[in-house]
Amino acid sequence: MSVPVDSEQALIDAVRAIADEVAATAADDVDREARFPIEAIDALRGAGALSAAVPEALGGGGATLQTIARCCFELGRRCSSTAMVFAMHQIQVLTIARHLDGAPWFEGYLREVHQEQRLIASATSEVGTGGDMSRSIAAATPEPDGELSFEKQAPTVSYGAYADDLLTTLRRTPESEPGDQVLALTKSGQAELEPAGAWDTLGMRGTCSPGFVVRARFAPEQVLAAPFAEVMNQSMVPLSHILWSHVWLGIATDAFERARAFLRASARRRPGEPLPAAARLSHVMAELTLLRGEVSQALHDFQVDDVDDRARLMTMASVLRFNNLKLAASEHAPGVCAGALEVVGIVGYRNDTPYSVGRHLRDALSARLMVANERLHATDAALLLIAKEP
Amino acid sequence: MSADTRTVIRSVLREHARLPVDIDTLDDDTDLFAAGMTSHASVNLMLALEDAFDIEFPDRMLTRGVFDSVSAIASAIAELSGDGEPSATGGGA
Repeated sequence: MSVPVDSEQALIDAVRAIADEVAATAADDVDREARFPIEAIDALRGAGALSAAVPEALGGGGATLQTIARCCFELGRRCSSTAMVFAMHQIQVLTIARHLDGAPWFEGYLREVHQEQRLIASATSEVGTGGDMSRSIAAATPEPDGELSFEKQAPTVSYGAYADDLLTTLRRTPESEPGDQVLALTKSGQAELEPAGAWDTLGMRGTCSPGFVVRARFAPEQVLAAPFAEVMNQSMVPLSHILWSHVWLGIATDAFERARAFLRASARRRPGEPLPAAARLSHVMAELTLLRGEVSQALHDFQVDDVDDRARLMTMASVLRFNNLKLAASEHAPGVCAGALEVVGIVGYRNDTPYSVGRHLRDALSARLMVANERLHATDAALLLIAKEP
Repeated sequence: MSADTRTVIRSVLREHARLPVDIDTLDDDTDLFAAGMTSHASVNLMLALEDAFDIEFPDRMLTRGVFDSVSAIASAIAELSGDGEPSATGGGA
């Protein structure tokens, strides 16, 4: 990772302190109760971290993607749910900031995100599209008074009940084809979220991501002018895969650290005796090293030499690159956690020891399903037929 | 770019783009994705165009914008055929 300037380092230090002192303390309770990690998110608000990625010209921190990614990693080491909520929020902020194209309403909105530390959720999936984010059924529908409205059946909206605002994909008009999409930002008070089911899951329990029926009314200027196809390829998909992967790397890193701590404690208890599990930990470290290498290389590849090459991000080669990051990270992060569990054994399987890694494994298993890997493989299979570079 | 090229492009589109409307109802500049072409169909379209014109699109040209209208496709083919009509990609890669 590059060496950040002072303000960036200050943000990383503040987020790491919140991770260690607030998120870590609550993580087991958040997981057990499947509750929103409110104390950690409030602490991040207090540190101004929710507007870290808002451009400085709009009052925000203007942090680099490298810094935001590092924050996701630090939070991921202590509480997966806090880290994933933080990552998703930053993805929405970065997406808006990169595509608002000088629109006054959106500039004013990002100022509010900074001043009020507003939390943004997203509703990009939809019942009936088979998990394909590049198609929508719900449409931005003109109302007689000049406003727009929509009703959307969203199968999952992470922290939907706790967010201030909502970024939603819609067909551009009721007459538009499913692939002709836009993004609309609705604020609390403009959108009603009717819960459609509960959130009682294997892992990532604190993200509180049940389905909702979303109904909203809003002004036309709350629609980003940029076509969603551009927004998706240039920002939303690669940024999601990069920041999610940093969360997963954080989870895997802590599972590894716990396994190493367990072995050290064993070695101290019986000095000089052979520790067969140490060789197993070496295998786990090898997998963690591969994971870390891919995650940091992908972060580098997003903006090579700090150049924001949007045309390159639109190529199929770029789509393949960031799909491959997601595939690799989502396979190896749970792999590291499962390996750590084997090293620690029953002490790690228990939920009440300093070496417990069950939560890590359960949380990391979500990675393969957040955009199903089989769907990405199907997309890649088609692109492979036409792309030229390996 | 000759009218012939555009005729061939349209026949490839008719066969491979799986548009919900007849290609003849669309202008040369109509956005094919907005007209209902899916990402998956666009890959088949690219393969068929490479075959029909005996060309290979390099990675930098494999973007949505190069294939989003009859005119854009014609420009890309002209660029690869050395006819000098630049494509809409503006570089990349």
